[in-house]
Amino acid sequence: MTSRRLLVLAERLLPALTLALLLAAIFHQQPRAMSYFGLNLLLNLAVPIVFATLAQMVVIAVNDLDLSIGAYVSLVACIGATLLVQTPWLGVLALLGAVVLYAAVGALIAWRGLPSIVVTLGLSFVWLGLAVTVLPTPGGHAPAWLATTMGWKPPLAPLALWIAAVVSLVGWFAVTRSSLGVVLRGAGGNARSVARAGWSLMAIRVAVYATAGILGLLSGLSLLGLTTSGDANIASRYTLISIASVILGGASFVGGRVFPVGAVLGAMTLTLAASFLTFMRISPDWQVGAQGLILIAVLAIRAVLARGKEAAP
Amino acid sequence: MMAILKARLGGAPWLWSFLGAAAAWGATLIAAHGQGGGQILTAAFTFSAFTVLVSLGQMLVITTGPGNVDLSIPSVIALSGAVAMLTMNERPEMMLPGLVAAIAAGAAVGIANYGLIRLLRIPPIIATLSSSLVVTSIAITVGRGLTVKPPQLFADLVSFRFAGIPLLAVVALAAAVVVALTLERTVYGRSVSAIGQSRRVAQLAGLSVERTRLLTYLISGALAGLTGALIAGFSGGNALDQGQEYLLLTIAVVVIGGTAVSGGRASVPGVWGAALFMFLIVTMLNAAGTAPGLRTLLTGLIIIAVIAIGGGEKLRP
Repeated sequence: MTSRRLLVLAERLLPALTLALLLAAIFHQQPRAMSYFGLNLLLNLAVPIVFATLAQMVVIAVNDLDLSIGAYVSLVACIGATLLVQTPWLGVLALLGAVVLYAAVGALIAWRGLPSIVVTLGLSFVWLGLAVTVLPTPGGHAPAWLATTMGWKPPLAPLALWIAAVVSLVGWFAVTRSSLGVVLRGAGGNARSVARAGWSLMAIRVAVYATAGILGLLSGLSLLGLTTSGDANIASRYTLISIASVILGGASFVGGRVFPVGAVLGAMTLTLAASFLTFMRISPDWQVGAQGLILIAVLAIRAVLARGKEAAP
Repeated sequence: MMAILKARLGGAPWLWSFLGAAAAWGATLIAAHGQGGGQILTAAFTFSAFTVLVSLGQMLVITTGPGNVDLSIPSVIALSGAVAMLTMNERPEMMLPGLVAAIAAGAAVGIANYGLIRLLRIPPIIATLSSSLVVTSIAITVGRGLTVKPPQLFADLVSFRFAGIPLLAVVALAAAVVVALTLERTVYGRSVSAIGQSRRVAQLAGLSVERTRLLTYLISGALAGLTGALIAGFSGGNALDQGQEYLLLTIAVVVIGGTAVSGGRASVPGVWGAALFMFLIVTMLNAAGTAPGLRTLLTGLIIIAVIAIGGGEKLRP
């Protein structure tokens, strides 16, 4: 194996190594965390973040950026905590409407060639406005079936790990192995050649934003199942966390290079970072900062590896 | 007549933002039965002054080319507000050192942003995102959850107005003029636009690309630092969420004002027009008695509509 291939391998394994290192540190500090119950507690909140991260990932795959995902997840949670309980059919209709609106925004971006970052910033206001209208003050409650689903204790490993494993596998297959995945990455890598091959860039964007909408839906509902009540700002931090997780997972920002498995691992890493601080008895003030520092550290290692690759024969 | 108007507007996209601001003001006056037009304008110029000061930096950053955007602005505002209030510690003689400390804190974050971009070779969005996370934690640690009041003199100065004209607006106007002249007349300003149009060509032409980018992120940080101190002074003390709205606001104001999101073309007057527009839209919706949720929703729709009609350039995120 040449040193170049070794470096490439290290680069691909980096997300898994980061997570393993963090887990090892947590287990070292608190051996009792190394149990079904402990892991459940640690990773519970990773589920909605994983879904939000995958939503962000499909958008990043086509070189766009979604600054509205956090507000959207909050909206889903708000609809779930109100309409979905009071008038279930209306709630389902509202959720489907939100997905359609997401797809329509994708169409608008493709049609007018707009900067996704500005459009989705505006869109985040739309989601927030809708969320505040649906649920003006924090409250409401999750549908019983949702809370039961998220509270389920499957055999062998906590629910969060099962979901992460299944979602990684499906994501890996869809992005890396399926023909649709090739088109998706192609649209990010070289849009013109994908268009020449007969694919409609408009249709691709619509599909991407609709997928983001559906994944955001899963994120919002799983979050509601865990917290059991809604709030218009409940997931506002997800926007930045989802971008950070996708990048932690090894994605480069342009060129359609995304890695679903890495993104899932990245989301779990950032969720654990918060618990890690608690175990290390570091002030919770540094929760957000620790996430930033982990991101910077991983990017620094990646930069070193990239330089090594350039120098290697 | 229409043709002339159209040609004029084509050459100066920023005129749209002023027309939009005037329309929003007019609609507010109608809703309020012609009452309080002057007070509305005074408030608009006061709050737009903050927006303009911080957006000028964002404009320079965006002008340096695709992918360049400063996401650390809200965290810098939170940090510098705390730094300024703690340094001043309610003593009027510490006013100037407090301002300098706030600007220095912002500039330091700007330098760090550039350092991350350069050393880690990562897109500016990722660099400023990571630094904003760290800066937020630093702001929490520095502020310790306490709100320190500004010295009375400082509070008086930032809310001072003469014949309805706020002092802050004069400061922001002066800053806008300085930035406009810098862009037009200096090597640095010319380099900013040149790099935005084509980084490669700028490099081949012998412009110092790296120094220009460093300066740009430094200026953006310093302006956010200054704004943070002013906001804290204006609102009776520092608070962590004081910068929150400025992430959306700066980007929206820069783009609506006619600066090319793909870089290479800045529009200083547009920043003022768009800042007034964004404030007056909210005032108009308030005057019309719109519910808070609907108001936020409509603000978002208006931003998207303005971008969809006025934008339409191909660019990267």
